[in-house]
Amino acid sequence: MQNYTVFVPRLVPKKEPFAPGHRACIGCGEALAVRLACKAFPPNTIVANATGCMEVISSQYPMTAWRVPWIHVLFENTAAIASGIEAALKAMARKGLRPDDGTKVVAMGGDGGTSDIGLQALSGALERGHDLLYICFDNEAYMNTGIQRSSATPFGASTTTSPSGIKSIGQKTWKKNMAAIAAAHDIPYVATASHSYPHDLMAKVAKGIAVPGPAYIHILSVCPTGWRSAPDLSIRLGRLAVETGVFPLYEIEDGEYKMSLELPKLRPVEDYLNLQGRFRHLSEDTIKEIQERVVAEYERIKEKTG
Amino acid sequence: MSTSDEELTWREIEVGAIFTVPGTTADYQTGDWRSQAPSYNFDRCIKCGICQLYCPEGCVGQDEDGYFIADLYWCKGCGICARECPTGVITMVEETE
Amino acid sequence: MGRKVGIEVSIAISEAVKLANADVVAAYPITPQTHIVEHLAELVASGELDAEYIPVESEHSAMSACLGAAATGARAFTATAGQGLELMHEVLYVASSMQLPVVMVVANRALSAPINVWGDHSDMMAVRDTGWVQIVVENGQEAVDNVLCAFCIGEDKRVLLPVMVHIDGFHLTHVVEPIVLPDQADVDDFIPPNEYPLPLDPARPVTMGSFGPPVIYPEIKKRQDVVLRESKEVILENWQRFGEAFGRYYHPVEQYRAEGAKTLLMTMGSTSETAMDAVDRMRDQGMSVGLLKLRLWRPFPFEELLQAVRDADLLVVVDRAISFGGPAGPFCSEVKAALYNQDKKPKVMGFVAGLGGRDIPVGGFEAMVHRGMEIAEKGGGEILETYGVRE
Ligand SMILES: Cc1ncc(C[n+]2csc(CCOP(=O)(O)OP(=O)(O)O)c2C)c(N)n1
Ligand code: SF4
Ligand code: SF4
Ligand code: SF4
Ligand SMILES: [Mg+2]
Repeated sequence: MQNYTVFVPRLVPKKEPFAPGHRACIGCGEALAVRLACKAFPPNTIVANATGCMEVISSQYPMTAWRVPWIHVLFENTAAIASGIEAALKAMARKGLRPDDGTKVVAMGGDGGTSDIGLQALSGALERGHDLLYICFDNEAYMNTGIQRSSATPFGASTTTSPSGIKSIGQKTWKKNMAAIAAAHDIPYVATASHSYPHDLMAKVAKGIAVPGPAYIHILSVCPTGWRSAPDLSIRLGRLAVETGVFPLYEIEDGEYKMSLELPKLRPVEDYLNLQGRFRHLSEDTIKEIQERVVAEYERIKEKTG
Repeated sequence: MSTSDEELTWREIEVGAIFTVPGTTADYQTGDWRSQAPSYNFDRCIKCGICQLYCPEGCVGQDEDGYFIADLYWCKGCGICARECPTGVITMVEETE
Repeated sequence: MGRKVGIEVSIAISEAVKLANADVVAAYPITPQTHIVEHLAELVASGELDAEYIPVESEHSAMSACLGAAATGARAFTATAGQGLELMHEVLYVASSMQLPVVMVVANRALSAPINVWGDHSDMMAVRDTGWVQIVVENGQEAVDNVLCAFCIGEDKRVLLPVMVHIDGFHLTHVVEPIVLPDQADVDDFIPPNEYPLPLDPARPVTMGSFGPPVIYPEIKKRQDVVLRESKEVILENWQRFGEAFGRYYHPVEQYRAEGAKTLLMTMGSTSETAMDAVDRMRDQGMSVGLLKLRLWRPFPFEELLQAVRDADLLVVVDRAISFGGPAGPFCSEVKAALYNQDKKPKVMGFVAGLGGRDIPVGGFEAMVHRGMEIAEKGGGEILETYGVRE
């Protein structure tokens, strides 16, 4: 990982395959994550996008934010759409129907489109070994439909379908570990990333695309609207998620875990939770429970790095 | 597809309602969503480009002198650039009608 | 001009897909479609068909993968039946709206529950409003011929729509018939190359499947309907071309001894062959009965139907599906709707028969004609008139 305070602008690709004028909310971390990921695309990239915030805010008729070939079909089938594109590119190149120009396929969806309704199609695509990168832009709820919980919503978060109340702490389940599920398919490359670490994010996207076979990247994407956080804090929150150990950054290359960032000491989770309205109701006991779980999970991943 | 969507008739729609011109949202002004705008004191600017990198709109460009500056046509005024600028060049100021 | 072989219809269909030189096949097994996709997998494995075969994890993904392939400009094929077609349902609408010309064979199958693997038209009727071209065939030869035509129709620049070819499960899929398999060279001449006008291509970035608010959605839908309706011209053109090249001609409404008949039986699919025997018997008895077989279900052939029934006093329409709690048979209600505003029109009596693979014997068609005449004459009859259901 580089040190960003001495960051040199010319290291960042100038191109913006994801154009301005999109309709994401003010301070949207997911739009930023998409923008950064796109910068890391090689020139010949086709994108398949699941229904969700990013599709809606980028493609309202008759305008498009996309400067790469882009297709949206439905909510849960994006990995299958991408499988078909990849197979078509292969067959057509072999049969001389299309130049064999190394065109790449990237599929993307939200946490709902990935870890809930689209999990089956994703598992199929990963298992079959298509040469594609799947990126999950995880804002930890169904944001497009109004902040309903998903299996990626963290423990204790209040959403419109896991509201906190006298008898509820909010989300009662722990966040589904999608990266581990992807890795269980024994695919060559899995990584987690954050828009608050742009160089790391772009390097991982480039790697995920370059590696032959399926790759999966899970990007935590701050959503000020759904997290009830200040729009200017989106980058800080992404960084705090990493520094508290809530969202560790790592890669799994051919089964080998590797931490992307050395953290001598984790910050307390309150630093992260306190900036978000969705956790405002949490009791000290619940925060303690979260703290213990975060440390244990972090240690578990670190152990895997050997 | 350049005609405004209010004027398009069914006969003018492409095969499969496909758009053939890329990146047309660049014509769409999101700047008027803004309630505050970045203002700059470039004395302290080290031209690191962090404000550009973190802008969700991708609307930060460079002026003739190489300073990074928001294009207010798209800038939604989120304040991320101000928050992340390492040297405190940017302050957000309320928009006045 | 091809070779005549004794062959299982499912295998012949796969051979037709090979002759059409599909680029991508994505499929998920379901009885009674299995033999089609198994044989296609064999053809790809042996190198006889140069295609990518995607053994997807569901029908939803089968259709989705075909859309991805078609959007990239590949010739894509799949086959399914019953529950599989239902699982694809939402994707079917997108295929037609986005104008992605996939070809699919549907081995018509009854819908659960109870689970039943035999043929009826419940699955086909449930997808009639999805915007696909739907062609119904009654034997293996028709299936082979219409799979070849389906690629020409769907990929035609004036159409660019997905096409379903419906064959009744088991009654057709699993029987061995003498079938002429056309020569490769003739098929190559017949099916033009697939040139999708706006494929996903980094050289010319397009945006497909955008978000359509109320300000544009109705225009997009209107256009879609016009394209499907106007596809009939292209369908007719291709059937004509096919006839000229291969000697077998197809029509939206096929007629059998229908000339001057006062009563017309109406069927779709494999039962039509039995219905022809029934018509022969009734003609031998001096009855003025003929048969209309609907081949083109979508776009619905309004003009051809009106033309075909102009001299008839009574239509006896046999449905193999129920519109529960509604006007009983979907086929019959559409025929009625097509005729309603005509000044001179026959009476229309509908029957539901042959559900879940139940056979309709020759005598069954005779019985329905007699019962239809009786109701037409004396009145009465129920909204849901069934044949062959034990009381
Ligand atoms: C089959 C189906 N079910 C439900 C929906 C409604 N829906 C559209 S987007 C969405 C939520 C998307 O959540 P996520 O994938 O996390 O993406 P986000 O909007 O949060 O970026 C839902 C529930 C749908 N479009 N299709
Ligand atoms: S709801 Fe959240 S993820 Fe969706 S556009 Fe708004 S800020 Fe971005
Ligand atoms: S972040 Fe601040 S110092 Fe860096 S380029 Fe932008 S304004 Fe200048
Ligand atoms: S305020 Fe937000 S939108 Fe405007 S330039 Fe800064 S980061 Fe970009
Ligand atoms: Mg989400």
